[in-house]
Formats: sequence, C-alpha cells, structure tokens
Amino acid sequence: MDMKSDLNKITLEKCSSGIQGLDEITEGGLPKGRPTLICGSAGCGKTMFAMQFLINGAENNEPGLFVSFEETQEELEKNFASLGIDLKSLEDQEKFAVEYIYMERSEYEETGEFDLEGLFIRLAYAVEQIGAKRIVLDTIEAIFSGLPNEFILRSELRRLFSWLKSKGLTAIITGERGENTLTRYGLEEYVADCVILLDNPVVDKISTRNLRIIKYRGSAHGSNEYPFLMDEDGISVLPVTSLLLNHDASNEFIRTGIERLDTMLGNNGFYKGSSVLITGSSGTGKSSIGAIFAENTCKNGQKCIIFAFEESPKQIIRNMRSIGIDLQPWADKGLLKFHSTRPTLYGLETHLATIHKIINEFQPDVVIFDPISNLITVGSPEEVKSMLTRLIDFLKSKQITTLSTALRMMGQIETDIGVSSLMDTWIDLKSIETNGERNRTIDVVKTRGMYHSNQVREYKITNEGIKLIDVYLGPSGILTGSARISQISNEKAEKLIRQQEIERKQRKLEQKRQTMAAQITEIKAQFEAEKLELDRIIEQEKLKEEAIEMERNVMAKTRHSNGDK
Amino acid sequence: MTGDSESDNINRTGKNSEIWNLTLYVAGQTPKSIEAFANLKELCETHLKDKYVINVIDLVENPEMAKNDQILAIPTLVRKLPEPVKKIIGTLANEENVLVGLDIKPVKKNL
Repeated sequence: MDMKSDLNKITLEKCSSGIQGLDEITEGGLPKGRPTLICGSAGCGKTMFAMQFLINGAENNEPGLFVSFEETQEELEKNFASLGIDLKSLEDQEKFAVEYIYMERSEYEETGEFDLEGLFIRLAYAVEQIGAKRIVLDTIEAIFSGLPNEFILRSELRRLFSWLKSKGLTAIITGERGENTLTRYGLEEYVADCVILLDNPVVDKISTRNLRIIKYRGSAHGSNEYPFLMDEDGISVLPVTSLLLNHDASNEFIRTGIERLDTMLGNNGFYKGSSVLITGSSGTGKSSIGAIFAENTCKNGQKCIIFAFEESPKQIIRNMRSIGIDLQPWADKGLLKFHSTRPTLYGLETHLATIHKIINEFQPDVVIFDPISNLITVGSPEEVKSMLTRLIDFLKSKQITTLSTALRMMGQIETDIGVSSLMDTWIDLKSIETNGERNRTIDVVKTRGMYHSNQVREYKITNEGIKLIDVYLGPSGILTGSARISQISNEKAEKLIRQQEIERKQRKLEQKRQTMAAQITEIKAQFEAEKLELDRIIEQEKLKEEAIEMERNVMAKTRHSNGDK
Repeated sequence: MTGDSESDNINRTGKNSEIWNLTLYVAGQTPKSIEAFANLKELCETHLKDKYVINVIDLVENPEMAKNDQILAIPTLVRKLPEPVKKIIGTLANEENVLVGLDIKPVKKNL
C-alpha cells in the first residue's frame, strides 16, 4: 500500500485547481507540470476557470502568467474587477502577470519559412519575470486565425506543449469547442494529459453548467458530468456522486422545540446530523414545525438556514409571529439565514450547487427545506430523487441536521418523490375531518435508531406555538376535536356522579355508625337502670336477711332455749 | 491617415526624401535569420538604395523587445516607416512577395 502511494506521488504530482470541488473529483487537482486542456463553447466559463487557477496559484506562492490572445490586460483587469478580483494588486506583488498577444492577419505577409521562436521567447521572458509556476494560454487557437501556414503552426504548437512541459509549468490551455471535435483546431491532439470539457446545455429552458473530465492520463477521476456554478465567487464544482456512504453517526441529540414531540421521539428529539421528513397535506403546520425547530436551534446558539421555495423571508417571519414565534431577532443576530427562491428559477443541478455553496459558506447546524416537494416541478422524479439523495448525503457528511417538509396529497401513502426511505425520521401530519370539523394529528412513522411513540397524537396550532394534546381513545379509535371534548365532559360527568355516590354512601355509613352508637348508649343506660334496680333489690334482700337473723337471735335469748345459768 | 497617402504619393513620384525604417527580428544566428537578413539586404540595395535603415533585433539578447511589435514568428520584418506598419514573416525568400508586402515599387518597373 505504502509503496503504491509513494509511486503515485512520484508519477502524478497534482496541483490544486483553486476550483472548489474539482480537486475532489480529480483527487488532488490538475497534473502538475503538465498542460491541461479546457474546452467548451463560448461563454461557458473557460477564461474564468483559467483565471481562478492562476489566482489560486498566486495565493499559494505559485505565480501565474496569463497569456491572453483575446482580451487586453486592461480588459481582463476590468472584467475581473467587476467580479471582485483585484488582478492589479496581484500584479504589483509580482504574483500574476498578463501577456497580451495580438495578431492581426491582415498585417502579415508570409514569404518563406518561419517559426514561432518569438512566441517562445516572449513566454520564457514573461515566465522568468515573475518566476511563474502556472501558465494559461487563452486561447492559443487564435494563432490559427492570426498567422498563416497551418502546417508550420501545428508543428510549432507541438513544440510549444513540450516546451511547457520541459519548463515544468502547470498549464491550462483553453479551446473553443468545434463542430464534431472538442476544439476547433484539434488541440486535444497535442494536450494529451488532461482534458476537461465545460458545457452549458439548456433543457426545458433551464440552463445548467456542466463539467466533465474527458481524460486524465494516469489518474483516477470521476467520469460524470458535474454541475458547476459560476457566480461572484467564481466557479465551484459539486462533486455530487463522489460521496461515499461513510458519514459519521452522532449520538448527540437536537431538540425539536416542541416538548411533547421530543417525548414522542424517545425524550430526546432528533439525532444530530440526521434527516427528518415532515409530510402532511396543506395547512397541517409543516412549516410551523420547521420554524419552531429553527427558533429552538437558534435559542441554543446554533446556526440554522431555511431554504424556502414558497415564501419570502419576510412572509415567513410575519406568518410565524402569528403562532408566537419570532424569527427576526435570530436573523438579526446572524444565527438564522433565509434563502428564498422559486424552484423554477434554475435547474436542479444549479439548485443543488447553490445549496452546497450557501451551506459551505454559512456552516449551519440545521438546514430546513420548505418544502422539498416543490422541487419536483423542476425535474423528473428520478432526477429529483437522485438530487435529493446527493443533497442529503452531503448534509449528513457535514453532520448537519436536516428538516424537510413535503406536501402530501390526500390519500397518498408514500411521498411523491419517494424520499422517505432516505430519511432517518419521518413525522406525518394529518388533518382529519370528522363530525363537520377538521382536526390535526401527528405521528412518528419512523425514526431510525431510537425508541419512539407509536401513538397518534392530536395537536393544536395556537398563538403560543404548537401544543400536543393528551390522547383520548374512544371505542372507534383516537378521539379528536369536539369528539375529544365531549369525551372529556362525559368523563367529567361520570366522575362527578361517582363521587356523589361515594359521598352518599359515606354519609349513610356515618349515619349507621351514629345510630349504632345511640343504640349502644341506650342499651347501656337501660343496663345501668336495671343494674341500679337490681342492686337495690339485692340490698333489700340483704337487709331482710339480717333482720330475720337478728330476730331469730332475740327470740332465742328470750326463751333461754339453751338451758344455761 | 493623410500621412499614408502622402507617403504613397512620394513613392509613386519617386522622391528620395523618404527613409524606409525596417526592423528585422531574429532569434540568434540561425540559418533562417541569416537567410532573411541576406535576402533583405539584397532587396534593399536593389530597390531602396540609400533610403533605408535596417535594425536587426536579436530577441535572444533582448527578449523584452518582442512585446513592443507583437512578435511571435521568427524571422519577422517590420516596416515602421513609412506608415502604416507592415509585417512580413518568414525568410523573405520570395522577392516579389516582399516587395508587395512592403509596398515597394520595384526599381526595374520604374525604369
């Protein structure tokens, strides 16, 4: 393994292209010390590409020479200044130089043999002046229209490319796309190391910029068409399918902001870095849940970005205020960012590229797409699904928690875009119409890797946010709305009756106890009375007995019945 | 622009006040350079006797000079005066082409 990688280092040193994402596709950048051909039709970003490559070099101690056959130094400076790139200061630091080569066919007359030694001398001189390590020829093809004798030009071109190699210059050669060839004058014949094609097709009136590596000798590279963006920050390429399924899985949690929803999700909320899908028909409060999540995230000092495809930021802020959520302060603090676009503004790839770019810049902890289902209008279901897969993979690789809302039509079980299988957590919102009223229920369809409640809950959108309400189960399932309320009052009535019954029984018991006590007292009194009577009789009897005894004794005395003295 | 027509007139009328300022760009003493210089010298002696100046610039020695006249091909002959600037590339092998290129009226025809 080590030997192999060492070998790779020797044979294929690479040079960072300065274009975000391209280095990932090419596994390191452009071939160092070799020429790379960038071809594409007019206006597809060749010059921009080349310039970005040089600016990257200038910033990394690799001075660059821009050999322009089309635009003058002044024009280039002006054009790039409007993109916020200060070529002049780079020139002053001797990190960058422009060599403008002008050719006017009508000025030239050819008689006899010639070569392009003058060009070589000029390039060598300019390279030497700043010690250039990188060079751009934009576009060398101009010599074919500027100079006579194609035969000589071709052999000189071949010599030029080997000269560039011998000088160890990492070069970009741009070429206009031909009818059936990559470049109009077949430059690809000479530049054999790396060929990159830029393309700008318009499908369904939506233009997408694509980049494809046609050839990269001696290096692995992604072979797909990669969408790229060209804006005020230059070109950024999206290494869309180079992502592997090897992102980290976090054990941390992030709260939803709705306490009882956390409870439904095993008391914790969402896993950090997981993807959450909230489906529901219109008006079920998908966006509100998203906004609450956003607010809660910001409350915890984390950053959140909302990609809104339906509402403008101001509209979102106003609407969320009505349910007691004020997002404005967080937006002011810079913790919350909105990005509102119409899905049809540009193609899917461009959407994806824009989202990538914004996320890379803002580095949020939470991303909310509201609603993700609106992107369906831009492409076919397969395209949308593949784009979303890439998007979710990208967010997961960054450990960003994603909450996407999706509109569900009545009666559909699966979501239209079939993204639910991509999602870690799926919360379904329903609005049930019964007894002439509409009530909302929430349930967790799935959440990977955590315990979750299987109970369907009713919730209300109040002016203090979303409130989950206790579950009432009736004989025919969950009770919601007024059915729930009547169930509550029924239960209340029953409870009251039961209570009254208990009280009545308790009173009866008390009465009985009192009766019993009274009876006891009465019996006692009777007994006492009888006892007194009996005592008296006993006493009387005793007295009677004594009296009889005494009488007997007196009688005996008097009779001397015993014969004594 | 008026200068152009004036110089043209001078040529046609054959007045000798006009000086031809010719610069030959070469890169070292290569066979092509030597051939070009020989061809030029001969041509000037024949057709522009006593009214020409030839500067030879060797770009190997003065590479910075190449930028001024936008030199790519070697050898290149630049007619700086009379105006407009004209460029001829190659070894100047074909005399007729050079004369046309430099807008020189051949002496023989004048005679």
